[in-house]
Amino acid sequence: MDIDPLLLARIQFAFTITFHIIFPTFTIGLSAYIATLEVMWLWSGREHYHRLARFWTKIFAVSFAMGVVSGIVLSYQFGTNWSRFSEFAGNIVGPLMGYEVLTAFFLEATFLGIMLFGWDRVPKPLHVFACIAVAAGTLMSAFWILSANSWMQTPQGHAIQNGIAVPVDWLAIVFNPSFPYRFAHMTTAAYLTTSFVVLAVGARYMIAGKFFDEAKTMLRMGIGFAAIVAPLQLLIGDQHGLNTLKHQPIKIAAMEAHWDGSHPGALVLFAWPDEKNEKNLFEISIPKAASMILKHDPNALFPGLKSVPPQDRPPVKNVFFAFRVMVGIGLFMIGSAFFGIYLWWRRKLFQTRWYLWPMQHAWWIGFVAVIAGWLVTENGRQPWIVYGLQRTADAISPVAGGLVLSTLILYVAVYSIVFSMGIYYINRLIAKGPGADELAPDSGVPNRPLAAGVKQQ
Amino acid sequence: MEWYLPLIWALVIGFAVAMYVVLDGFDLGIGILFPFVDSDQERDQMMNTVAPFWDGNETWLVLGGAGLLVAFPVAYAILLPAFYLPVTLILLGLVLRGVSFEFRWIAKTSKYLWNFAFAGGSTVAAFMQGVIVGGMVSGIKVQGTQYAGGSFDWFTPFSLMCGFAMVTGYALLGATWLLMKTEGAVAEHARRHAMIALYAVLFFMAVVSLWTPLEHARIAERWFSLPNFLFFWPVPLVTAVLSFLCWYWLRKGNDFMPFWCAIALFFMGYSGLVISNFPYLVPPTLSVWDTAAVPASQLFALMGTLFMFPILIGYTVFIYWIFRGKVREGEGYH
Repeated sequence: MDIDPLLLARIQFAFTITFHIIFPTFTIGLSAYIATLEVMWLWSGREHYHRLARFWTKIFAVSFAMGVVSGIVLSYQFGTNWSRFSEFAGNIVGPLMGYEVLTAFFLEATFLGIMLFGWDRVPKPLHVFACIAVAAGTLMSAFWILSANSWMQTPQGHAIQNGIAVPVDWLAIVFNPSFPYRFAHMTTAAYLTTSFVVLAVGARYMIAGKFFDEAKTMLRMGIGFAAIVAPLQLLIGDQHGLNTLKHQPIKIAAMEAHWDGSHPGALVLFAWPDEKNEKNLFEISIPKAASMILKHDPNALFPGLKSVPPQDRPPVKNVFFAFRVMVGIGLFMIGSAFFGIYLWWRRKLFQTRWYLWPMQHAWWIGFVAVIAGWLVTENGRQPWIVYGLQRTADAISPVAGGLVLSTLILYVAVYSIVFSMGIYYINRLIAKGPGADELAPDSGVPNRPLAAGVKQQ
Repeated sequence: MEWYLPLIWALVIGFAVAMYVVLDGFDLGIGILFPFVDSDQERDQMMNTVAPFWDGNETWLVLGGAGLLVAFPVAYAILLPAFYLPVTLILLGLVLRGVSFEFRWIAKTSKYLWNFAFAGGSTVAAFMQGVIVGGMVSGIKVQGTQYAGGSFDWFTPFSLMCGFAMVTGYALLGATWLLMKTEGAVAEHARRHAMIALYAVLFFMAVVSLWTPLEHARIAERWFSLPNFLFFWPVPLVTAVLSFLCWYWLRKGNDFMPFWCAIALFFMGYSGLVISNFPYLVPPTLSVWDTAAVPASQLFALMGTLFMFPILIGYTVFIYWIFRGKVREGEGYH
């Protein structure tokens, strides 16, 4: 069949990985939140921390299972759709992903079981320890996968032998230039995203007038955490941007829709980038502000899109708009967290329905920001799959377009069923609320993540 | 180049695949047998015998896949495009059957849909695994270090037959597992199914043993040339003895031994495959050495893997120990 396999393979990968990233984002944040709750429970001895920890653990279990299931698919897609990439970069990316898989298994085989099913079976401090270990473990998992991704953005520590990238210095590979920034930015994003989910659930209970103690705790913790971390994330993002400017200047040019590098960059608030004529339509911008942000000097220059030929530019619209979505949500998070702090200070937080109501429905904004952020960085790397070393077009498997299309349809169909069930199910757990049913398993110890939630039905 | 590193990795991956085939084999087998029992009550009981294990079983598949990318990126880059559709169908089949374990319990009126997803997902995954084995034995068209065949090269009478063979093999594992783990109606059905599956497995084993050497000169030479034959002749003999024992214990009403015979039969089939194809990872052209990652990569990843192996095995043993014994009707983890 005569369908372009490259575009379809990219769509397929974008689809499966976008679905996947939702769950690790949530489990990284949620495991840390549960660990925090448990430490507070251990420290203060107050029962509602315990109820909350158990409640969120059920939701954690479902999300973790979804993350594992959708992750398995990805580990095989590198081969089915991107075999030339696997051959070219397998010697470097392979071991890094291998360590990610091993870390995930290690968790599943050890502390996860205690965390999900050990409530009444192990001493309290051991359970707290297991939760902390799971939170640390999800971070380790993120460490390896982000290292692999960062190497694809800013490769170093390798040599090219017979057209294949081989490792020379593992330390340089793992800690490549963009890795520390990406790791900080992504893990902070995971925590921030989760804090808005917690905040939303707290607002939901507060409005519904149930689980008052738990709702208060969740609102305070969510708002308090977001008020500190959302501005921090802005700072980290800024640093990440400066790092990108140094190593991938064209990605920055696309983010700012900055065409002409011979003038200082304007901060474009809105525009419709016209890639054909190499300019912005309907532009609203603050002159020189982008140069100010990126170079801390209003008259400084940074490379524009026109500094490279069109075939070496990323898809400008995708990068430009996704970046604005991400930053927009980030600013909304800062604003709403600060406003929450203000209400808290005025002792009106629990009564202000017109604040609680939108917060109740804002649980998803962090996920959208995360996906938008990944769209920026992955689209911004194009047309390269490994920046400067291998083009995406040269990375594709020798497979027919029709085959990629038919499997794409299958993935969409199966994922739609599975994940809508999953989300429906999580929502049902939230509707039931904390302390709904805290009976211990009556026979045996189910070790499956999903069963930890189902058990309570 | 350190010649032994690829061999160690081949052992590691070979072990992971063997673990996967045996462990996930019986729980896929449960799904394959799902349509052949009378009531949802029986199905509940069948599912409960594997509920605590299935996700642990599937970790071995991920280990095999990730291991292939880590240690043999060239083989990974050839085999996955070559078996594009079968691999995708296995993954989706496993996703569907995996979530059926949970959603089937929540579902009230739509239970039959999840029965269907569980049986369908399991059967498709098993069938496609057999197809891949058959396709590998038949040989893969390679140019340089990339796959050079078409989208449906795997679609041959031989590999389809291997698909059916795998389904019956897993059904045998599943039925003998149920015999060991249940009582009552489920066990009675399982005994009958095991017998049928055993006959089918023997039939397919005979066909494969004749068909493969007749079609592939390299495999015929591997087995029947001297001195190889002096070493390999016990393989068919042991297989025959094991088959007889399996049949005998099924007849005798032994609950325990048929399962272990079925595992041993699988092990013999696996050895046959290894004997036929070693050292080729992409038969008939590329060996484990041709497809290996550079030593620096293999070594780096091996350290973590060797650390994890005892933990994974220990965890597997622990879980099976915790959930030992028979699962009775109405009993389960839900």
